[in-house]
Formats: sequence, structure tokens, C-alpha cells
Amino acid sequence: MMQRRHSLAVRVMHWINALAAVLLLMSGLQIFNAHPALYWGQSSYSGRPPLLELEGFPGWITIPGEQWLAMGRRWHLFFAWVLVANGLAYLAYAIASRHLARDLVPTRGDWRGIGRSIADHLRLRHPAGAAAGRYNVLQKLAYLAVIFVLLPLMAITGWAMSPGLDSVVPHWVELLGGRQSARTLHFICAWTLAAFVAVHVFEVAVTGLWNNLRSMITGRYRLPAESRDGRDA
Amino acid sequence: MAATPERRRFLLRALAAGGALLLSGCERLSRSAWFPDVLARAERLTHAAQRLVVGRAALAQEFTEADISPRFRSNGTAEPRSAAYQALADRDFADYRLEVRGLVAQPLSLTLAEVRALPGRTQITRHDCVEGWSAIGKWKGARLAALLALARPHPEARYVVFRCADPMDAGGTLYYESIDLDDAYHEQTLLAYELNGAPLPIANGAPLRLRVERQLGYKMAKYVMAVELVASFAGIGGGKGGYWEDQGYEWYAGI
Repeated sequence: MMQRRHSLAVRVMHWINALAAVLLLMSGLQIFNAHPALYWGQSSYSGRPPLLELEGFPGWITIPGEQWLAMGRRWHLFFAWVLVANGLAYLAYAIASRHLARDLVPTRGDWRGIGRSIADHLRLRHPAGAAAGRYNVLQKLAYLAVIFVLLPLMAITGWAMSPGLDSVVPHWVELLGGRQSARTLHFICAWTLAAFVAVHVFEVAVTGLWNNLRSMITGRYRLPAESRDGRDA
Repeated sequence: MAATPERRRFLLRALAAGGALLLSGCERLSRSAWFPDVLARAERLTHAAQRLVVGRAALAQEFTEADISPRFRSNGTAEPRSAAYQALADRDFADYRLEVRGLVAQPLSLTLAEVRALPGRTQITRHDCVEGWSAIGKWKGARLAALLALARPHPEARYVVFRCADPMDAGGTLYYESIDLDDAYHEQTLLAYELNGAPLPIANGAPLRLRVERQLGYKMAKYVMAVELVASFAGIGGGKGGYWEDQGYEWYAGI
């Protein structure tokens, strides 16, 4: 049985977001490579050793591929605006269209079933029938965490690295532990987002890659048949 | 529309091809004549947005003596390799003159003692390098605003250009940088002659280096020899307003 799943607005914004996120990660690693060490506090030269020191990321995962900080910054600071503009548009749409309230906020039933949902995910058992047309509770929580925690933290920790924006309100950067702490948090949040994307893509693949992909491109989604053991998920 | 193995294989290949295409596409775009200019449009947006939210006079955070970095990192040129600079350094900058020229009513030529006598300021600030690191130092210097008050810029002057002594390439191109008048008259904008209570070391830009605390380190020209008031960047290096700007870095380095 086919149904309409994602609205046109969500589909367009999803792919803009995906493109911007990939380009931001890769250009971000280019920028990181200019000084591949992380610190806590305001300064890198405080007398304390770095938290982490790396050799730098390989060229196949950076934009551009060779060491080229100026060009990496251009990509990064351009697509940061794309991500923020797209994110704000999504937020406005999700609230106005009730996508947020209807599809993303967990219901009371969701919360009650969270234990079973965790167990099902671990065993790679996935909802079928009508339930497959809705987000499950872990999916909802993951999306909400990305939308309301990780992506805002990416922006805020990015702003905290700006010597211009640091002067907006005196000492605000200290809320994050200082500029170098903000840089470290930016790095951690970026990889947490990358981990989310890895799990997201994995779940997309194991729950019907083509069907899921089509639903995010054309909007058409085929509800999977009820599972063989007759349990309605 | 079942997910047949053929379709799955096709999709995976398409994804891999898409990834490779994305990478080579980004490389090609980075080297194209037009795309970096499109990306650079974001700089104007960033500049406008920061000007909107950051007050013209807003101060960069200042720190305490306890926060000062044990050793203030020297980056880029640590000692200008030019005969003219070496001659100045050999006599401890006794023959040094800071020239103020361009669109000013009163061109100036000041000794280091005269610069030190200008209204000054001491500040402990964080230096943020475009590479990502930060260091904290205590700077003492003459306020650029005080220097400009003596020189009296013409109304058409829009930028302050700093001419430096450090050769940057085999051709001997000397470092140059520029800031706008908002930053030039900012309270924390200094021509610094002391770092951490001692005369500014050569590694950090002796005898004078610029401090523009709300921007990145490459704006803060070291080995400043002359201050020039201009109406535009035409005729200055490659026309982008600074040495690193002409290599593709942003002129507005507030982020």
C-alpha cells in the first residue's frame, strides 16, 4: 500500500541539509588540519598540554583535498549560512505545519513503549504496517536531539570561535568554557552528528533502502507488510 | 517495487559514484574562476551580520595576569630578512620612524619615543589565529585613534593601510594589511610596543605591531613601518586590502 510520507518542503530541506552538513564536515576537517590539536579553556598556550593532538585528517575527507585553509574557510563559512538559513526555514515550517507537534513530539504511548523500541532496534526488528508510516520513539528522540541540541550547539560553538562575536556580550564565551573549549565542543558535536548520520543511513538501509530513499525524493512510501509473526508493531 | 539485489547494487554504485563526483566536483569548483567568488559572498553577509549585532564600540574580552600564556607564540615571520630592517634592529630601532601618510591633513614621521608618548592603553587580550589556536598576552601601545587625531584624515579616507617590514616571498613583497575606520578608532586598537611588560620582541613584531582585538591574527600586522590612509584598495597589492587577503583569505576576519 502506497502512501504520501514526506511533504515537498521537508524533502527539499532534507537534501539541502544533507549537502550542507557533508560539505561543512569536510571543509571543517580542512580547517582543523591547520592546527590539529584541541584544548580546554580560552587559550591554546596556557601551560597545560592539549586534550588531543592528531596528525591531521587525510585529503580524501577534506575540502579541498590538499592543505588549503583559505579555500576550506570559504566553503565552510558559506555553507554555514546555508545550514542556518535552511534550519530556520525548517523550524518555521515544522511549527507552522504542525509537523513538529504531529510527527516528532513523542506521544504518551511512545514513552511507554520505549523499552520495547530499544529492544526492537537492537534486534533490527522494525515496525510494519501502519506503524511503519510514523516515526518510532527512538527516531523521534534522535531527530529532536539533532534539531534542538546538536545543530544549535554547532552554531553556538562556531560563533564562540569568532573574535568579533565574542565581544557581543562580555564573557559569554566562558559559558562554554572559553574559545578553545568551544572549538573542542564544535569538533565533538560535529563527530556526534556524523555518528547520527551513520546510524541514520544504516537504519534507512536496513528498513528498505529504496523505499525510504524514494519517500525522501518523491514522497511516495510503500507500507511494509505486517511482520510474519503477526505481532503488530 | 521490491528492493531487488540488482536495484540495491545499482543504488550502492550510484551512491559511490555520487560521492566521487561530489569530491572531484568540489576540487574543480575550488579551482574554478567563478565559484570561489560565489562562496566569498558569504563574507559580506557575515560582515554585515556582525556589524549588526556587535556594537561599534563593543570591547573584546580582557583577561587577568594569571591568564597570560607563558610564551606568546610567534607565527609567520619571526625575523624579517631584509637589510633595511636588520639595520634598524641592530641599533635597537633608534633610527626607526613611523610614517603616517596618504589622505591626511598632516603627514607625520614619528620616532619610537614619540609613539610611546601618545595616549596609550594596556590590555590583556586573547589572540585568535586563523589556524585555530589562541594565546593570551598583555599589550601596551599607542591608541591608533590618537595617531589619527594628530594626522587628521581627509573625509574621503575609508581605510587605514599598514605597511610592514617583513618580506613575504622571494620577490620581496612586504606584508601589508588594512582595517576600516570603525576598527581604527576602536578603543582597543593599538600600535603595540610592549608585550607582557617588556619591549615587543622581534619575533612578535618589533618595534610596532597592530592590535585589532575583534579580528583574527593575520589582521594584526607586525613590523609596522607606515600607516597610510586610503579611499580604496586599488593599487594596494592585489587589490583585496592585505597580503593574506590577496592569497584568498577574508578581508573581514571577525570569524
